[in-house]
Amino acid sequence: MTTVNEAKVPMVVAENVHKSFGHIEVLKGIDLTVSKGEVMTLLGPSGSGKSTFLRLINHLETMTSGRLAVDGKYVGYKEINGRLHELREREVAERRSEIGMVFQRFNLFPHMNVVENVIEAPVGVKREKRTVARDRAMTLLERVGLQDKTHAYPAQLSGGQQQRVAIARALAMEPKLMLFDEPTSALDPELVGEVLDVMKDLASTGITMIVVTHEMGFAKEVADSVVFIDGGVVVEAGPPEQVLVNPQHPRTQGFISKVL
Amino acid sequence: MTATTAQDSRSLSAADQPVVKTRHPWKWVGYVVIGVLGAMFVTSLVQNPNYGWDIVAEYFFSTRILDGLLKTLQLTVIAMVLGVVLGVVLAIMRLSGFPVIAGVAWLYIWFFRGTPVFVQLLFWGYISALYPTLSLGVPFGPQFFSFETNSLVTPVVAAILGLGLNEAAYMAEIVRAGILSVDSGQTEASQALGMRQGRILRRIVLPQAMRVIIPPTANNTISMLKTTSLVSVLAFPELLYAAQLIYSDNFRTIPLLITASLWYLIVTSILTVAQYYIEKRFSRGTSRSTASGGRLARLLTMQRRADLGGSR
Ligand SMILES: Nc1ncnc2c1ncn2[C@@H]1O[C@H](COP(=O)(O)OP(=O)(O)OP(=O)(O)O)[C@@H](O)[C@H]1O
Ligand SMILES: [Mg+2]
Repeated sequence: MTTVNEAKVPMVVAENVHKSFGHIEVLKGIDLTVSKGEVMTLLGPSGSGKSTFLRLINHLETMTSGRLAVDGKYVGYKEINGRLHELREREVAERRSEIGMVFQRFNLFPHMNVVENVIEAPVGVKREKRTVARDRAMTLLERVGLQDKTHAYPAQLSGGQQQRVAIARALAMEPKLMLFDEPTSALDPELVGEVLDVMKDLASTGITMIVVTHEMGFAKEVADSVVFIDGGVVVEAGPPEQVLVNPQHPRTQGFISKVL
Repeated sequence: MTATTAQDSRSLSAADQPVVKTRHPWKWVGYVVIGVLGAMFVTSLVQNPNYGWDIVAEYFFSTRILDGLLKTLQLTVIAMVLGVVLGVVLAIMRLSGFPVIAGVAWLYIWFFRGTPVFVQLLFWGYISALYPTLSLGVPFGPQFFSFETNSLVTPVVAAILGLGLNEAAYMAEIVRAGILSVDSGQTEASQALGMRQGRILRRIVLPQAMRVIIPPTANNTISMLKTTSLVSVLAFPELLYAAQLIYSDNFRTIPLLITASLWYLIVTSILTVAQYYIEKRFSRGTSRSTASGGRLARLLTMQRRADLGGSR
């Protein structure tokens, strides 16, 4: 969360972002800016392109047109003498390693235990020493409340525990931006709270977060801004007290009244 | 309405009765036929001197047979290793997304699966008729090395190439099914962490694909053990050829074929037991990934779900 007097430095800047799958245009010109340290919540009906937009940010999908920059660098491209060049796989991977992502279905590595899941990327990608990576993994697991599950395998954990491991795994790369794609949608209701608590705690550390969620409570309490997407465009954006409590656009009103 | 009531009361009283099992009177006829035929066969095994059990006993542990057995085992292992390694490469090529590379792999698989392995072995045996010399160099330009094909492609090499390259085509499909059986979310999560393709394959995808890959590979190994007998046409002294060499001397064809067959049976039986344990181990799934891959992958996943008894 940003303090008021802090100058706003952009972390993610999207300009006229378009994305089509075949003939179907899913994103029809998204413009938005996420400042450093900001927690943004992305809302929208199913199929409105929220996941697609998140996946564009770390280049799991490629844009059809528009400009998208993270921390001043174009996603998937670099600018040399005013021209955009496609990045090589190595460079794409390098940039992705600075962006953490948490998925609806956790996607933990089932053949590795909790610690191995967390240290896989630091050791394999950042070439960190195992002991260093392991120490940080322990600290992170403690932070998400799983210090006693370090040697469990994903299949032995509840959904909420798995998602907390997934968050620790993403944090182990010390990302400057965290993307959450409906992190609590696959959870039983009684497990949602433990994951949201971890996310709230994370938000308070000042990391930039973009969260796709239907958890209005979380959005109201934690988000600095809320963006409502529908039909491939940003319909309404602003602070939560405006977009969630007093939406201006009829489509936002309709959506909010249905979700609440 | 009355009819329903009558039926109800009838089924109610029937519920108290023990179930009458369907009778299969014909099974006794079957038992008798099997019994008679079995007895006839066993008697002939003992009484027919042409079986030559004394010769079987004499040669069973002879050095030439044991040497052949050892060569058969070695050939099986080497051909399988070649098949697995090349199969993985071909599977990755097919899944690479580059049309030309995928096409080359497809063509390879199409050719090697579409022609009999026996014919392929003969081709490798007669390769020197096709290319008398093998050379390394620039096409239409200078040659750096040149070999007599016959000195390079000896019967061993021909056997390994023939069996291994053929096996690779089958392994490629098994590995491909295995890779496709791994949930795409695994790759995405790895990519999001900044991992690169080679590492994702090595550390994340292949280890999980093993569950699907290993059981049919064990099965293929058993097949390979028997297929090595085809190599006798290349005059490579594996088990069958060793037996053939012996009976071409002493003309006791049947006993020596029996000797070889018994050894094949023994080794395949051991491998079958091993396969049972391997399959049990690898079907014990820990992953929740959904299979989207080939028939094999789906079958195995279904099997696993059935094993778990829908516990999730
Ligand atoms: N790889 C793909 N190929 C074709 N169409 C796709 C692909 N990925 C997404 N789509 C389509 O794009 C649209 C937006 O999908 P997306 O997953 O981004 O929506 P969403 O807002 O995240 O929805 P949900 O709330 O259901 O997760 C959908 O109509 C979907 O069918
Ligand atoms: Mg989605």
